Amino acid sequence: MTAYVLRRILGLIPVLLGVSFLVFSINRIIPSDPAYALLGEKGNAAAQQALARELGLDKPLFLNRAAFRSTHRVAALFDSQYVDYMGQLLTGNLGKSFFSRSPVIRSLLARFPATFELTVVAMLIATLIGIPLGVLAALRRGTWVDTALLVFALSGVSFPIFWFAIILIYAFSVHLGWLPPAGRLNVTDNLVPITGLYVLDALLRGQWGTALDALRHLILPGLALGSHAMALIVRMTRSSMLDVLKQDYVRTAASKGLRRPVVVAKHALRNALLPITTVVGLSFGSLLSGAILIETIFTWPGIGSWLYDAISQRDYPVIQGGVLFVAFLFVVLNMLIDLSYTLIDPRIRYA
Amino acid sequence: MIDARAGAPADRRFRRFGRARDVTRRLARHQAGMIGFGIIVLFLVASLTAPILRPYDAARDRHLLQRLEPPSVHHWFGTDELGRDVFTRVWYGGRVSLRVAVVAVAAAAVLGTALGLVAGLAGGWTDTVLVWLADILLAFPGILLAIAIVATLGANLTNALLAISITHVPRYFRIIRSVVLSLRESEFVQSARALGSSPYRVALVHVLPNSLSPLIVQLTLSVGVAILEIASLGFLGLGAQPPTPEWGLMIKAGYRQFLNAPWLSIFPGFAIYLSVLGFNLLGDAVRDVFDPRLGGR
Repeated sequence: MTAYVLRRILGLIPVLLGVSFLVFSINRIIPSDPAYALLGEKGNAAAQQALARELGLDKPLFLNRAAFRSTHRVAALFDSQYVDYMGQLLTGNLGKSFFSRSPVIRSLLARFPATFELTVVAMLIATLIGIPLGVLAALRRGTWVDTALLVFALSGVSFPIFWFAIILIYAFSVHLGWLPPAGRLNVTDNLVPITGLYVLDALLRGQWGTALDALRHLILPGLALGSHAMALIVRMTRSSMLDVLKQDYVRTAASKGLRRPVVVAKHALRNALLPITTVVGLSFGSLLSGAILIETIFTWPGIGSWLYDAISQRDYPVIQGGVLFVAFLFVVLNMLIDLSYTLIDPRIRYA
Repeated sequence: MIDARAGAPADRRFRRFGRARDVTRRLARHQAGMIGFGIIVLFLVASLTAPILRPYDAARDRHLLQRLEPPSVHHWFGTDELGRDVFTRVWYGGRVSLRVAVVAVAAAAVLGTALGLVAGLAGGWTDTVLVWLADILLAFPGILLAIAIVATLGANLTNALLAISITHVPRYFRIIRSVVLSLRESEFVQSARALGSSPYRVALVHVLPNSLSPLIVQLTLSVGVAILEIASLGFLGLGAQPPTPEWGLMIKAGYRQFLNAPWLSIFPGFAIYLSVLGFNLLGDAVRDVFDPRLGGR
């Protein structure tokens, strides 16, 4: 088991190296010169050169052959932009925003809790509604309930989530006035963050009203963000349940005289969970990229809306840093989900 | 059925024809699939006939006296802030989305299939490197890689197409490679090799025809996904640029005025929903038909 976990962690290294290499390469095909972009109209050629030297942009991209020829030291060969960049990455330095001049990593960490909270709520909504609906569709296979749920599930993966978000706001905030259309808290709420997860923070500080308010702010964006995953979970739960319900042990359990709900929950659903976990895990990725769209609409102060602003301002260090961060997160998450299979299904024992 | 015949030493060409006919017949009986097919045909016909039935020039279309009119007999979907007819723009939006989606997916399928065949048949280092590259591309969830590419190269429809196409390549690569791996040791591929067939011949004559069913399923579903991705990039300002009538871009422009003119974003969104639903319905049906064992998944 330990050996397997270690092997999986080591297996991440080539992929993460490749990801950072790709992001570095995309970064270097920017048509405009970063030194020019930083100094703007006011910078003259000398200032641009000085800044390029300071940022290490005068070095070759990958291998510094000139330095190697003049010094004959192997280390000089690696005095390049790529090696500098990797060195910065290892120390958690993602560069500075062109506009705010603040370190990318700091804004990233400050904004991450908001996105994390939203993603978790979206996934909770998706699984808590999706799994029961999928079970229901499987138990009512071939009836109108099943058909209706399948249409519902297919619709869920067919509309654009940003459109659904706009309609949710119109229906539940503007028309009915039930839920807030934007932000994380009402202006009247006064909360000093601890973890950055507002519902948790409010509970920790004993502000029940504020916790409820933070939760109310999470419902619409969570529903919009989780709609796609919910649809996938309904479909996967249904087909997985149909497979399991045919198994001998389910029939045995039923013929032993166990009540139907017990058979469905304990014997069938538990064994149907493995493929569902896969969908849940893969959906986390789509939630992270969907957050860019949803956070923008709900003015949610997470990394999604931050990336959207960076895209509109062409703030390249922020875009590259944010993309790299999300990709790393996604790769690590996928590995954790793979590892969680061993916990859910005792039959899988990786040697 | 197919499986019963597959074992018989029948003429291969006959078997393939028999299978194609069988598949078409079953698809025609698949109700949901036919609804999806109908929707797709509707969108295709509308896109192809648009210039004949309703000539339109996006750059010159302005009727400032008819701004933000709600849906009516004259303007079925209302008008926007420049007095442009939303129905016409949604109609033309289909031309943009369908064309970009089909081209992006087709290019990805060709490249992914070729690389998948190479990786599966060559094995060794070639395979390791190609799988590694695919894993890298798959490390970017959803449209994130497309966003990074377009944000850097510059926002326009061509770059959006390119970016979406790149993100779709690894899916085809994986499908084809896994088919190749499952067939590589099979008797008919081994005997073809033993008889001296070149690797190209093995790939194109023996392996590719057997990869067709997963390929067709993936193609159908991918077009729907690509339509959604183009709209998302358009909404982020990274796809089509004004005044192109593109659905995502229209929703972006409309949502700022959602309170006084909801028709601006509702109708383009509904067009996206309907067209993607069409491809998803057909894709599911094709999968059911190709693989009856999955039975209504």
